Amino acid sequence: MTVYSVPGTPGSKVTFKSRYENWIGGEWVAPVKGQYFEDITPVTGKPFAEVARGTAEDIDLALDAAHKAAPAWGKTSPAERASVLNKIADLIDANVEMLAVAETWDNGKAVRETINADIPLAADHFRYFASAIRAQDGDHAQLDGDTVSYQFHEPLGVVGQIIPWNFPILMAVWKLAPALAAGNAIVLKPAEQTPVSILVLMELIGDILPPGVVNVVNGFGLEAGKPLASSNRIRKIAFTGETTTGRLILQYASANIIPSTVELGGKSPNIFFSDVAEEKDAFYDKAQEGFVLFAFNQGEVCTAPSRALLQKPIYDSFLGDAVTRARKIIQGNPLDTDTQMGAQASNDQLEKILSYIDIGTKEGAKLALGGERADLGGDLTDGYYVQPTIFEGHNKMRLFQEEIFGPVLAVTSFTDYDDAISIANDTIYGLGAGVWSRNGNVAYRAGRDIQAGRVWVNNYHAYPAGAAFGGYKSSGIGRENNKLALGHYQQTKNLLVSYSENKLGFF
Amino acid sequence: MSTPTITASVTIAGETVPRVELTPVAVDLLRSLWEEHGPLMFHQSGGCCDGSSPMLFMAGEFITSDQDVRLGQFDIAPANEPSQPLDFWMSAEQFNYWSHTFLTVDVVPGRGSGFSAEAPRGVRFLIRSELMTTMTPFAGSAETDTVQEDAVATPSKAVPA
Repeated sequence: MTVYSVPGTPGSKVTFKSRYENWIGGEWVAPVKGQYFEDITPVTGKPFAEVARGTAEDIDLALDAAHKAAPAWGKTSPAERASVLNKIADLIDANVEMLAVAETWDNGKAVRETINADIPLAADHFRYFASAIRAQDGDHAQLDGDTVSYQFHEPLGVVGQIIPWNFPILMAVWKLAPALAAGNAIVLKPAEQTPVSILVLMELIGDILPPGVVNVVNGFGLEAGKPLASSNRIRKIAFTGETTTGRLILQYASANIIPSTVELGGKSPNIFFSDVAEEKDAFYDKAQEGFVLFAFNQGEVCTAPSRALLQKPIYDSFLGDAVTRARKIIQGNPLDTDTQMGAQASNDQLEKILSYIDIGTKEGAKLALGGERADLGGDLTDGYYVQPTIFEGHNKMRLFQEEIFGPVLAVTSFTDYDDAISIANDTIYGLGAGVWSRNGNVAYRAGRDIQAGRVWVNNYHAYPAGAAFGGYKSSGIGRENNKLALGHYQQTKNLLVSYSENKLGFF
Repeated sequence: MSTPTITASVTIAGETVPRVELTPVAVDLLRSLWEEHGPLMFHQSGGCCDGSSPMLFMAGEFITSDQDVRLGQFDIAPANEPSQPLDFWMSAEQFNYWSHTFLTVDVVPGRGSGFSAEAPRGVRFLIRSELMTTMTPFAGSAETDTVQEDAVATPSKAVPA
């Protein structure tokens, strides 16, 4: 076991600056209005740095810088851009612990996750899109003997990106990597709960990129997010967050007639068919772990398997084993590599989770585990910790219908295949799902019948570069993590060429 | 005089019982934000991150449609002052799953993202919920036969204050 030192103390992997300005045009730029806000670490509930409180004026400066940089960056060859992305990936890999500790301190998540997942995946996503852009061909069609249609991919120009707080660096990279690979310049606004770790990343990689290609402006949604999303100087807006803001962003995009991709969350079913319990073997152990993954990242994942559907014959035994397993989840100092569950990202998030535990109880759901705030004592006593919580109930309860974004699992039973699919699809969302069965036919059919963009079959919570990620239904529009995402950041230029010397003959 | 709890008027056709209320601390904050921004509206969010939180916008900033339900209208003006109407909206598809609950808009310290107008104040609107005695819980549930008999206790019939 390792316990990383608190940032800024002797032996720590990272020391934060006391104040962070905006990253615009390849340098630190003070906010025009001179205002800052405090960044609080969820680990202790205490502020640790000041961050620029950007406004429309700062967004304008960032858009100026991006527009200055976009033409030259858009003309670079795919090989040049791939080289830049690969250098970024190498630098991230060389600084995993530093970035991981910074991320944990900003977000509250356990450092074993940032070290093993968030940061290495960030590097890999850059490498994937470095490869994807080099492998991307345009296409052509010979329409007749003298006429050829050529299709070229061109960058959109300047794009806006608004990032959530649950995986601050990784979610930024999911959007940065395809946009950069495709040759766009970017103005990015991090979430106000986690504004610093992305700036630590920019400190590291900023020199690799030409000035103005990536610009980061922090601030509140109303003051900085809205001016970015509604600007007529962006050619696309990408957003990950909740449905109301997603709709508002789509409304702004419609006013400017620009595309928008939005990823808006889910209420993902995790279906366990009876045959998983045929043997108490390695696969059963894997399925049990798959159930307990509701607590991964404190449940703050858009695809959290927050509805567990157990087939009736195994309901009691499977749930009993899983509750026993979930009870062993180690909560503690997020900087301790033995800690399995860290802090929720903010106080209002903590309060919201507790409000859902309250309504779940009032709706008559039966508490099988947890159900309270966790006081970890010492320096952590004011941090935002919640016990892993499991409720039993039915799918019409709000517990089963709303994304709690916390370590709260809602469990119900199903009779047969049709019942499982019916319950799984009885939700307004369609982002993720899990299917567990030893029968490949059943698992395949269920995977196809569930209306969700990502169905994990006999696994869960893997996010490899290359596997397309995005929502059906109210979970959003667009796909990330796959070469398909390049298309969200490119125009199609059609060159229709006549190689004939002969006139059309109309006039 | 202390700020009162304010209950929204009934705006859904055919209904007679209010669905939403504001705690006194929410009323105070809304009055202050109205002074800063002018007329306001709520739209209840769902989904990722700050989903489940009510989002406060300048009135008309968020374009509602037939795909939304207006749960109620508050008048946040103090007694004997000109009316300050504030609508509370939710998407119709979300309301299908929320209609059995009475909502109380409260305020907690924190820093939500999204474009909600209170965020720069370092506070966040939060929904607290009660079951409505006048509504059948989980009406239209097609899955009642899938509920484990012992998994569901009798719902508490809390009465909205």
